[in-house]
Amino acid sequence: MSFSLPPGELLQLTGENGAGKTSLLRVVCGLLPAESGDILWRGVSIREGRDAYHRDLMYLAHLNALKLDLTADENLKAGVGLRRDTTRAEREGVLSDLGVARCADLPARVLSAGQRRRVAFARVLLSRAPLWILDEPTTNLDAGGVALIERLIREHLAAGGSVLTAAHHGLLAGHPSARQLALAA
Amino acid sequence: MNWTWFHKFASPPHAYRLLGTMRPWLFWPALAMMLWALYNGLFVAPTDYQQGDSFRIMYVHVPSASMSLMVYSMMAIAAGIGIIWRMKLAHAVAAGCAVIGAWFTVLALVTGAIWGKPMWGAWWAWDPRLTSELILLFLYLGYMALRASYDDVQRADRASGILAVVGIVNVPIVKYSVEWWNSLHQGSSLSLTGSSAIHPSMLPPLLVMMLGFLLFFGAILCDRVRAEILSRERNAGWLIEAA
Amino acid sequence: MSRVTDAPGLWSLAGRVLGRELTLAGRHWDQVAQPLLFYVIVVTLFPLAISPDLARLREIAPGVVWVAAMLSCLLALESLFRPDVEDGTMEQWVLSEQPLAWMLLMKTVAHWLVSGLPLVILSPLLGTGLGVPVSAWPVLMASLALGTAALSMLGAIGAALTVGVRRGNVLLALLVLPLEVPVLIFGARAVSLGMTGEAVAGPLNLLAAILVLAISLGPMAMAAAIRIGVES
Repeated sequence: MSFSLPPGELLQLTGENGAGKTSLLRVVCGLLPAESGDILWRGVSIREGRDAYHRDLMYLAHLNALKLDLTADENLKAGVGLRRDTTRAEREGVLSDLGVARCADLPARVLSAGQRRRVAFARVLLSRAPLWILDEPTTNLDAGGVALIERLIREHLAAGGSVLTAAHHGLLAGHPSARQLALAA
Repeated sequence: MNWTWFHKFASPPHAYRLLGTMRPWLFWPALAMMLWALYNGLFVAPTDYQQGDSFRIMYVHVPSASMSLMVYSMMAIAAGIGIIWRMKLAHAVAAGCAVIGAWFTVLALVTGAIWGKPMWGAWWAWDPRLTSELILLFLYLGYMALRASYDDVQRADRASGILAVVGIVNVPIVKYSVEWWNSLHQGSSLSLTGSSAIHPSMLPPLLVMMLGFLLFFGAILCDRVRAEILSRERNAGWLIEAA
Repeated sequence: MSRVTDAPGLWSLAGRVLGRELTLAGRHWDQVAQPLLFYVIVVTLFPLAISPDLARLREIAPGVVWVAAMLSCLLALESLFRPDVEDGTMEQWVLSEQPLAWMLLMKTVAHWLVSGLPLVILSPLLGTGLGVPVSAWPVLMASLALGTAALSMLGAIGAALTVGVRRGNVLLALLVLPLEVPVLIFGARAVSLGMTGEAVAGPLNLLAAILVLAISLGPMAMAAAIRIGVES
């Protein structure tokens, strides 16, 4: 298997459950060692340039990586804080973009699954990373949420970012820079 | 420097054949040495003026005890090589070492207890060497338990490898602390293999026995590593062709 | 799209990790208090099992306090890395450009602050119940302070190694307790020397040496182990 992802493009992995979409995403992130072959980012193998690669990368996994005992705002502050400083206003802005502004000061424990997914996506936006790797970004989201995520992804692509994603149904169908790659089980 | 010979050596089919060739050259000399040393140690060597005939278990106890420590070091070194150079064969060697080393440790503990009975009048005394040996056994068992609890052999290799390296840093500290602990308590001060000078004629069988144990370990390790290779490569082409 | 390079420095990162951990501990202090309660109960069992005679208890006090501290530390370890691995936070740590070993060290420091330090503070009270004289309090506390910190570091290696295993708590004990033997020996010995008024610098220095060694090498082992742990 071989593929490349130029700036401003989206590559969507498709395939049945168990086809290995998540595993492939994790290999590309560098979480799983590749059995053979190599992954290059900006021309450098990610094994050698791991820190530079991870600086550019934001991974949204199945798990939301939210601490249930912290509020949405605290979660964002701590999660993005590993990469850069954020102000309260900035975080509130992104939360309201995602339609969860009133969850800012609620502990993640009381949020619904869809609201948690939106907060997790807020972390992706705040990171300002050029490469997004999104594993089923629209899980648990309602129709409005899916449309919202699609709009945010389009904006990211327009700004020159890249997106590698795995999703059951087509994201950004018909968009000129969206491609699909089918994995056989 | 050209490393191709090294990778060729470490490739599973080559290593499998090489270990198979080596095994008899280790096993039969080991058996001969152990039998010779056993005969000379048990029947020829003079009776100890202090310990009578009971000292003769030394011929099994001392080699097992020294092997137990040596095998642990070897396991840690192999695991370290496996982690740093991502070499599967080194991990297979480390895995093979663990079981054999644990048996040497058990043997050292059992023979130590048998030796202790006439010496101290009890099967177990908190002798510093035996105590360190017991903790070494725990380290081996922890290593094997960690290996066994991972389903994926590659993750098991690396996780247990880290433990082995941490363990080898710890072994000298454990030995030192246990000796320090014992020196303060002044309990049973008669050490099994302590300072009591060994009669010159007792020495050759002991040395030959130690060498025999070493070669025997080598032979068993060949078997175990071959078995490891077989189980790891069971789907590989070269094995299917050979079968 | 340009790179973001305004990442926090090491000390600012340390502050953030510590702050987050302590906030979290504060939000579920009931769980944090459990190992401490366990420590108190285990120490209480000994007079009941052996004898209420203070002279006899005094003889075994250093060992009792230390073994109980070791077991309590062990219990607390289970919640060190596992929740973060299970909710995906650890993946984010591994995928940040920040040095993982440093973050894990800070996490372990925070863990010690909420599990080890209270135990140190509580120890004179329990020591008194076992007949430890007031003159030996400083040694008791100093040995436990150095010792529990070393136990946290060693234990964190074990916790990181078992985090990828489904039910790891018994395994954790198997891995960690043999590694902790030297800490137990030096710690308990320091206390018993202190109780008879003898010099305690020797074992305390040895404890400090173990702690320094564990702090300098431990985080690398933890980071390597966590990378394996998040692979599943």
